[in-house]
Amino acid sequence: MKSDRLSFGRQPHADAAIVRFDNVGLRYGQGGEILHDISLSLAPGSFHFLTGDSGAGKSSLLSLMYLALRPTRGRIEMFGIDATRMSHAMLPRIRRRIGVVFQDFRLLDHLSTLDNVALPLRVAGVRESEIARHVPELLHWVGLGDAIKVRPSALSGGEQQRVAIARAVINRPDLLLADEPTGNVDDRIAQRLMHLFIELNRLGTTVVVATHNEPLIRRFPFPRLHLHGGGLSRYEAGEIPERTEAEP
Amino acid sequence: MSLFRRRADLPFHHDAAAAFLPAMIAMMVFLATLALSGALVLDNLLARWNRDIKGTLTVQVIPADPDPHSKATARRIDKTVRILEETPGVIRVRPLSAEELAALIEPWLGNTDLIADLPLPLLIDVVISDTNPPDLGKLAERLKAEVRGASVDDHRVWLSRVIRLADGLEMLAKAVMAMVSLAAAFAVVFATRAGMAIHRRSIEILHLVGARDSYIARQYALRALGLGAKGAAVGFGLAAPVLIGLGNMAKTLQGGLLAEIGFSSAHWAVLAAVPAVAALLAMAAAFLTVLRTLSRML
Repeated sequence: MKSDRLSFGRQPHADAAIVRFDNVGLRYGQGGEILHDISLSLAPGSFHFLTGDSGAGKSSLLSLMYLALRPTRGRIEMFGIDATRMSHAMLPRIRRRIGVVFQDFRLLDHLSTLDNVALPLRVAGVRESEIARHVPELLHWVGLGDAIKVRPSALSGGEQQRVAIARAVINRPDLLLADEPTGNVDDRIAQRLMHLFIELNRLGTTVVVATHNEPLIRRFPFPRLHLHGGGLSRYEAGEIPERTEAEP
Repeated sequence: MSLFRRRADLPFHHDAAAAFLPAMIAMMVFLATLALSGALVLDNLLARWNRDIKGTLTVQVIPADPDPHSKATARRIDKTVRILEETPGVIRVRPLSAEELAALIEPWLGNTDLIADLPLPLLIDVVISDTNPPDLGKLAERLKAEVRGASVDDHRVWLSRVIRLADGLEMLAKAVMAMVSLAAAFAVVFATRAGMAIHRRSIEILHLVGARDSYIARQYALRALGLGAKGAAVGFGLAAPVLIGLGNMAKTLQGGLLAEIGFSSAHWAVLAAVPAVAALLAMAAAFLTVLRTLSRML
């Protein structure tokens, strides 16, 4: 099952890939490579879990996908565009097609829940009337209808996480990257959030969910990408990587 | 539309620029307003003084001996007239007659025969070109060197030197304005950079949700415009009473060289542009600083 070139999803045609890595390596400063020889290609409309021990590089791999990091070697293509040679001015256009749920949420503390979720729409120049229509609707859906005017600091960790998720999906991204999106919520809400991701996936969004939550992975029939020792392997749904017992 | 939204996407109330920038801009606007008004006053005075030294000129020749009709004196007059006629920019030269001299001096000494016996200096009336006036300093030196007792009316010579000084001062005032503008722009640049360092995390978030650099720059620019306008209003508010006070003091001098030191409403309109320009300068400096800084971020 381990292979150099991992190609998966419904449409294995490589040129149509949403995300494509070729022998990507990443190191910070003078240290050793945390990721090496990563090759993958995510087909449009695919859904993957991303697993691996803490510190295995899951967040770094996602950072490469949302263009916050550049690889130290190799080539990354996002939506068919060479990301390693992308100009600074092109980044916003690509990023508007990507929704990211950060592990540490990265909400703006001085803005209300509504303004935080509205941010991707505002920076894209969407009308306020449309923002006023869509944002409260989504916040109701994730169970934060009463917290529209509240600032993130007044919310619990789980509530902040849902704000972060709402912000990531508000503009119906082509690619959703979620880093531990169910880490701070109870099982019932975790399920509900997973159904939100699946719903988006049905509508065409390519989804990558990085998680430690083994029961959750087992409950949903999606393939997983597993990081181990800086390399990436792919497992079909139901397959369990070796050494996962070590994971919490 | 999103431009004028009540709340900025960046937590501006958390940074030091809020206090620092308006105070800095207020001082700069105060100085720039004073410098500009100085330049305007000098411009006024220069225009008048330049009018004064145009037109006519008087050269006086002290008689060679007590006898005003002596040959030596006549030679001095002739030589002076010749030098004047040779000087470029001189249109007409006419020595004043004894009767004209007596008429000039009459208000002081009365109409007495005494005048005829006094060794009065003889005067030569000179009409000079408006467009191409002679260099009075040089002319004075030449006459002094070549004709004993001949001199150009020194009020004019002195005035031509004052004009040169005033010209220099006007340039200095303009240089001060340029320096002050530059200093204000630097202050905005550094305050903006410091603010960006403080808001780095928020800027990253804006970037990650797809904000263009210009979107972020606009937020800083609007903020700098607001802070700049606040400071500029204070600075101008402090400068205006100072100028009004100085103007009133100058008026009490009445006439003389400083007669036209006051401000017309047109001058006030020009001065009022200083705070407006300062606020816009702050806005532009912030916008460009952010664009420049962000272009180096991923």
